Amino acid sequence: MRALRSSAVAAVAAAAAVTAVAGCAAKNDGKGGGKGTVEVTATDSSCELSTKEFPAGHVRFAVQNKGSKVTEVYVYAPGDRIVTERENIGPGTSAEITAEVKAGAYEIACKPGMKGDGIRQKVTASGKAAGTAKRDPKLDAAVAAYREYVQEQADQTIPKAQKFADAVKSGDLDAAKKAYALSRVGWERTEPVAESFGDIDPKVDVRADGLEPGQKWTGWHKLEKSLWETKKISGDDKKLADQLMTDLKDWQKRVGKAEITPTSMANGAKELLDEVATGKVTGEEERYSHTDLIDFQGNVEGAEKAYELLKPVAAKNEPALAKELDKQFTAIHAQLDKHRDDKSADGFASYDTVSKSERKELSDGVNALAEPLSKLAAAVATGK
Amino acid sequence: MTHDDGRTSADATTGDEKAAEGTRAADGRAPSRRSLIGWGGAGLALGAVAAGGTAAALRTGSDAQPAGADATTGAAITFHGAHQAGIASAVQDRLHFAAFDVTTDDRDELIALLKEWTKAAARMTAGDAVGDGAVGGLAEAPPDDTGEALGLPPSRLTLTFGVGPTLFEKDGKDRFGLKDRRPEALIDLPQFPGDNLDKTRSGGDLCIQACADDPQVAVHAIRNLARIGMGKIAIRWSQLGFGKTSSTTPDAQTPRNMLGFKDGTRNIAGTDTAALDKHVWVGEKDEKGKAGWMAGGSYLVARRIRMHIETWDRTSLKEQEDVFGRDKGEGAPVGRKNERDEPHLKSMLPTAHVRLAHPDTNGGIRILRRGYSFTDGTDGLGRLDAGLFFLAYQRDVREGFVPLQRRLAANDALNEYIQHVGSAVFAVPPGVRKADDWWGRQLFA
Repeated sequence: MRALRSSAVAAVAAAAAVTAVAGCAAKNDGKGGGKGTVEVTATDSSCELSTKEFPAGHVRFAVQNKGSKVTEVYVYAPGDRIVTERENIGPGTSAEITAEVKAGAYEIACKPGMKGDGIRQKVTASGKAAGTAKRDPKLDAAVAAYREYVQEQADQTIPKAQKFADAVKSGDLDAAKKAYALSRVGWERTEPVAESFGDIDPKVDVRADGLEPGQKWTGWHKLEKSLWETKKISGDDKKLADQLMTDLKDWQKRVGKAEITPTSMANGAKELLDEVATGKVTGEEERYSHTDLIDFQGNVEGAEKAYELLKPVAAKNEPALAKELDKQFTAIHAQLDKHRDDKSADGFASYDTVSKSERKELSDGVNALAEPLSKLAAAVATGK
Repeated sequence: MTHDDGRTSADATTGDEKAAEGTRAADGRAPSRRSLIGWGGAGLALGAVAAGGTAAALRTGSDAQPAGADATTGAAITFHGAHQAGIASAVQDRLHFAAFDVTTDDRDELIALLKEWTKAAARMTAGDAVGDGAVGGLAEAPPDDTGEALGLPPSRLTLTFGVGPTLFEKDGKDRFGLKDRRPEALIDLPQFPGDNLDKTRSGGDLCIQACADDPQVAVHAIRNLARIGMGKIAIRWSQLGFGKTSSTTPDAQTPRNMLGFKDGTRNIAGTDTAALDKHVWVGEKDEKGKAGWMAGGSYLVARRIRMHIETWDRTSLKEQEDVFGRDKGEGAPVGRKNERDEPHLKSMLPTAHVRLAHPDTNGGIRILRRGYSFTDGTDGLGRLDAGLFFLAYQRDVREGFVPLQRRLAANDALNEYIQHVGSAVFAVPPGVRKADDWWGRQLFA
């Protein structure tokens, strides 16, 4: 939970070498088919372009939906980084999108029915400054794979969350308790990406102390309190269970569109460890259920996934760093394994049984991993 | 770093550089940490002359820095020398002391860390930032230096490094192949009557004592060293201190402790070479064979001594003075006029603190005290969590702190008002000689 903070992932993405800036229409070359305009004709089964090569700079995409389904159009930079997008283009209507596009290779996707990867066309923005387009293809592959991972985690979360919501709605306290922590794993693994949207996190993962004045407390932790502290499921809780599912489905739908770059992946991994260091290791996150250790594990797994994907490049640029990270990931897993408990619903000991000195050990382990992890972004940002 | 690490502070900058720095300061702009070294250099040069020439400073390195250095608040203290700075050098006003557990079991990794630590320590004591600094690096990466000391002068920062008994052997295990190098004088302290030791505030495989005129500079140093070490070491406990409670500069006023008394009057002066050699520095022949690496070092005892402030404050002035054996105003021993008058021990109560701690009561034993007052807020019962963070250096703990504390723990009237709640002992190796030397090199040789 980091509801009050603005999106770090987005901020890093902006600071890093993002190849294009969306929404800058002022310097458009002119209306209707000028040099900087790309006509996009979308149907239910095609995505035709007036040109596949255009000069870099301010580009206007004029979209016409000639199909029968609502469509959306995306301009992707390598690694499926969104340069610009437009949703909800109804059948028979047109829309305009403008973007400042640097020289390089892009893909334009039309998504009839606003689903899936869309119908893709490769395009090239030509011009002098082609430098930024020459990113290591390994990094593009890493971003693409991470995007898939994030989507997969969201997809897998929905049925688990549904099981939890259903138990709450049926008033089954024990079943809800058992399903609670497991419903959060996918979220915990990919939290920085979810947080990048800003509006979902405060609805699903806010804790009592994170509420803004006037904000209604919704989401997992409100239900956690009812299950473990109040030990009663109220009518309002049952509504909140439905609300949680609505919000999580919104997350599932949008998470694949998050802006992801190699540096935001690396920093996201570090942020996952920050989550552990500030929330889990203190027992604040799951203060009623004490299921902090499975969140801890989820955060570590998510961080490790991002690292594993970036590793081919990181290990080439900073071999010593990669070696250290391998070692520290192994170490933290070993530490967590010490606290496994087969009898508990989530496979881990209740955090209130973890002693002060054991918490100190875990905290030291998190520091040992997070400190080198904070250097991962630089290792992938600076090609040697 | 623009100057050679091996040089003394006195010649760290040229006259021209000093003039340039002076102009900059006169502009009214905030002087950088780096620019102030020039002033520090100048101040120390004067100090060295006062002590009888720069040669003395060169001979024994940092520890020859004399009393006059007190006047040069903000200056840089030379890092390199025969002994580590922060023992006999003039006591600064602020402390951040940290004890560490070594979490790696890889000897080479530990050695690499000590080298890295030494490099960072040399930079920070000179007023420079760690590594590539706090700003100006890669936008995507956290800076090497944490940055809270940016713009602050070196503040006479000293960083003093020690190793605890558990580095040699822990739970019966020879951890780094050092077991046979453990000095005999590095004993495990015995339990003293009245001790109520909290193990989370005791012990440690390594320690760093950071002293500075500015608490931010001391905290910055510990924070950066801890950060550099993450994954290899972890902070076990640390203590902030303010208000030095004893002085190594005999001409200066003895500071008062939290009980309102002067209690460091008979301390060993940093300029008293004979006393230092006799009581503080480990001699060439003190440790036999494989423990010979300690020559030129010293042994440190650290004790967190909690004071029962509220009950003390309800104690009559007469009793307070009887407890110490001094008057509260002047600090004069019982029956005498001035603080530094020779005490007449027999006119004090047999349980008086000064009487029991005096060298004459203890067969001539002397230790070099470097303690600080501490206040860590209140303790949850509304009592001030305050006291003395006692730091004492000696040539041999068995002949220094142990017999002294035995006597005090058994008889001291002050025991009613104090309790020892934390304890640690460290072997403090000799000084880092030059730029390519490092903390603990002799131990790992």
